[in-house]
Amino acid sequence: MIELIFKDLCSGCGSCVRLCPGNVLGLDTDGKPLIRDQTACQTCFMCELYCTADALYVDPDCEHPVALDAHEIRESGLLGQYRRDSGWDEWAADPRYANQHWRMDAIFALGYGLLSPAIPGATGEADEKR
Amino acid sequence: MCAASSFYSATGASQSLELQADVLVLGGGLSGTWAAVAAARAGARVILADKGWCGASGVTATAGPGHWWVAPEERRAAIDKRLAGALGLADPQWMARILDCTWRTLPTLAGYYDFPRDERGVTQYRGLRGPEYMRGMRRLAEDNGVSILDQSPALELLRNADGRLAGARGWQRQARRDWQVRAPAVVVATGGCGFLSRLLGSQTNTGDGHLMAVEAGAELSGMEFSSYYCIAPLDSTMTRSMVYTFGSYFDDAGRPLGIVPGPDFTNALARALLQGPVYCRLERVPEALRARLPYVQPNLMLPFARRGIDPYRDRFPVTLHAEGTIRGVGGLRVVDAHCQTGVPGLFAAGDAASREPVTGAVSGGGAVNAAWALSSGQWAGQGAARHARGNASLARRGLLLGLGGIGMPRRQGDKAPDNRTLVRRIQEEMHPYDKNLFRSGGQLDRSLAELENVWDRLRHAPEGHGGDPLRVRETAALAAVARWCYGAALERQESRGLHQRSDAPAQRVEFDLHLRSGGLDRPWVRRDGLPASTWTDFENRSHNA
Repeated sequence: MIELIFKDLCSGCGSCVRLCPGNVLGLDTDGKPLIRDQTACQTCFMCELYCTADALYVDPDCEHPVALDAHEIRESGLLGQYRRDSGWDEWAADPRYANQHWRMDAIFALGYGLLSPAIPGATGEADEKR
Repeated sequence: MCAASSFYSATGASQSLELQADVLVLGGGLSGTWAAVAAARAGARVILADKGWCGASGVTATAGPGHWWVAPEERRAAIDKRLAGALGLADPQWMARILDCTWRTLPTLAGYYDFPRDERGVTQYRGLRGPEYMRGMRRLAEDNGVSILDQSPALELLRNADGRLAGARGWQRQARRDWQVRAPAVVVATGGCGFLSRLLGSQTNTGDGHLMAVEAGAELSGMEFSSYYCIAPLDSTMTRSMVYTFGSYFDDAGRPLGIVPGPDFTNALARALLQGPVYCRLERVPEALRARLPYVQPNLMLPFARRGIDPYRDRFPVTLHAEGTIRGVGGLRVVDAHCQTGVPGLFAAGDAASREPVTGAVSGGGAVNAAWALSSGQWAGQGAARHARGNASLARRGLLLGLGGIGMPRRQGDKAPDNRTLVRRIQEEMHPYDKNLFRSGGQLDRSLAELENVWDRLRHAPEGHGGDPLRVRETAALAAVARWCYGAALERQESRGLHQRSDAPAQRVEFDLHLRSGGLDRPWVRRDGLPASTWTDFENRSHNA
C-alpha cells in the first residue's frame, strides 16, 4: 500500500491524486498529496509511475500497513525505479530502458520448454499472458 | 423496480453535473476506451465515465495484454485449436471476427503506442504494455472528441417515461457531486468481478455494470465459469504470472512439490495451498533473461526488490488470487453482432460481457480476452452510435427514472450498513479454493444460503451512505454477482472447463448448453440450447456472402 510521500521532492502537480484508481489521496493545505484512505489502496504502483518527481513510495504489502524508515527508503534507490525501468519521461531516450515487453512470447515458450517438454503446446502458453 | 426517488438529495451534493450525449460509455479500461473511440468515429457525441482515472484504472493498465494475434493464413488452425478447447460452447464465427478485428486494429494505434521492433527489425504488434497502452487509449479517445469524466462511478441506469433506456447517473467522488448523462445508448464496460481479491488493478471491478444492466432487464450468461485464479507472491498484488513458468515449488519443510506449468498448474498449487504454505524459487530463469526481465515487465520485480528478496536464490511464499469473471468467462449476454444486450440501446463489452462466444467453457487468458475487449468494445461503440442515430429524441428531455434498487444511496446520513463485514462475508464464499475452484453441490448450496443472508442484510440496510455513496452499491453488486455465479454453478451438474465439481466430475452431453441467469431478489437460471453454428455453417455462409 502507499506508505510514504516525500513532500520536499513533490512538485505539487496533483497527478497522483487525480489518477489513483482507489481515490486514496487528497491534497493538504500546501497543495501536496496526503494519504486519506490507505485501506483503499490497491497497490498498483500507478501513482509512482506517473510521478515525475519520484516522490511517492508504495510498499508491496497489500494486506498490512508497514512501518518504514523514510530516510532509508530515500537512500535505497527504489524511488522512481518503476518509472525508470518503464523508460518513461527523461528515460525515454535511454536504450537501457527500451520496452522489451514483446519478448513475452519467447519467454513463455522458454519457460514451458525448460520445465515440461511433455506438455506439447500447453494451453497455458497463451492463456497466462497478462 | 425502484421508484425514482430523488437522487440529488440522496448524496446531498449542492449542485450536480448534467450532460447530454449520443453514447455514454461506463468504464474506461480497454474495452470502454475502444467503445468510446469507435462510437466517436461513427459520428456520435460520446461521454466516457470511469470509476477511477481513465488510463490508470482497470486490469489492463497494470498488466500487459498479448492479444490473440494470428495472420490470416494461420487462422483456421488457430480457431480449430481454441474451438476444441472451448468444450462446445464457443462459436467459430465470433472467433474469426475478433481475430480479424484485432489484426486490423492494432497497427492503427501507431502514433499512440510506440510499437517496438525485434532484432530483425520486425514491428511487434501483439503484446502491449498496459500503462502505455491505456495512456495511449486515453489520448486516442480525447483526440476523437470523447469527453471523459474521471473519478465518476456510475450508480444506476435511467429510463424515460416510456420505459426506454435514457442514460445513467452516478457520483463524482473528487468533485463530490452527482453526475447525470442523458443518452439513448449506453455501453457497459465496467469490467469483470473478482470480488475485491488482490488481483493487480482489480479493485474498481466490483460488478457494478452487471447489477445496473440486470436492473434494466438484461440477462447474464456463463456465470458458472468464474473460477480463474492467478499466482502472486504472498501479501502482494503482483499477478504477473509469466515468470512462474520457471518456478520450483516447495512445502513448508522445503520438500519439492512437483508443481509444473501446464493445464493442471493452478489446481495443483491450490491443492498444495489448502495443505499449508507454498514457497517458490525462480532458479530456472536463465541468467541472460534475469537482466532483461525488468524491461519486459517493469512492475514484476518491484515486490522482490522492495523486500530484499532474490527470487532466483531465495524461496518466497506464494498465493493464488481469485479472478472471478475477470479472466473467467461469464457476464452480460450479448444478443447480436453489435454486442447489444436484450435491452434496446444497452450494449456490453470486454470483461463485463459474457465471452462464451470466443472462449466457451475455458478462460481466454490474457490473449483472447484482450482481443475480445478490443473487438467487442468497437462493435458495441459502433452499435451504440447507430442506435443513438435512430433514437436521438429518447433521452433529450423529460422525466428520468432511476432503475437502481439495492444498495442505492437514497438519503444522506451517516447510518450505513457495516460494509466491511458484508464484503468479507461475500469474499469468504467466493475466494477460498475449496469453495470456488473445487466446487460441489453441497458447498454451493451452503454458500448460496450465506450469500442470500448477505443480500437480505443489504435489502434491509439503512439507506444512508456514511459519506460515500459508492461503497454500499458496490457491495450490493458483489453480492449480486456472487449469487449469479453460484446459482449457475449449482445448475450445471457436471464438470466442464473452468467449472469443476467433485460431485459431478464428468462432462455430460445434457449440459451442452448455455446457462442464462438474472433476477435480483429472486435470482433465476435458465437452460438455453446451443445454436446450430459450426465451422461448416460458417464456411458456407462466408462462401455465399
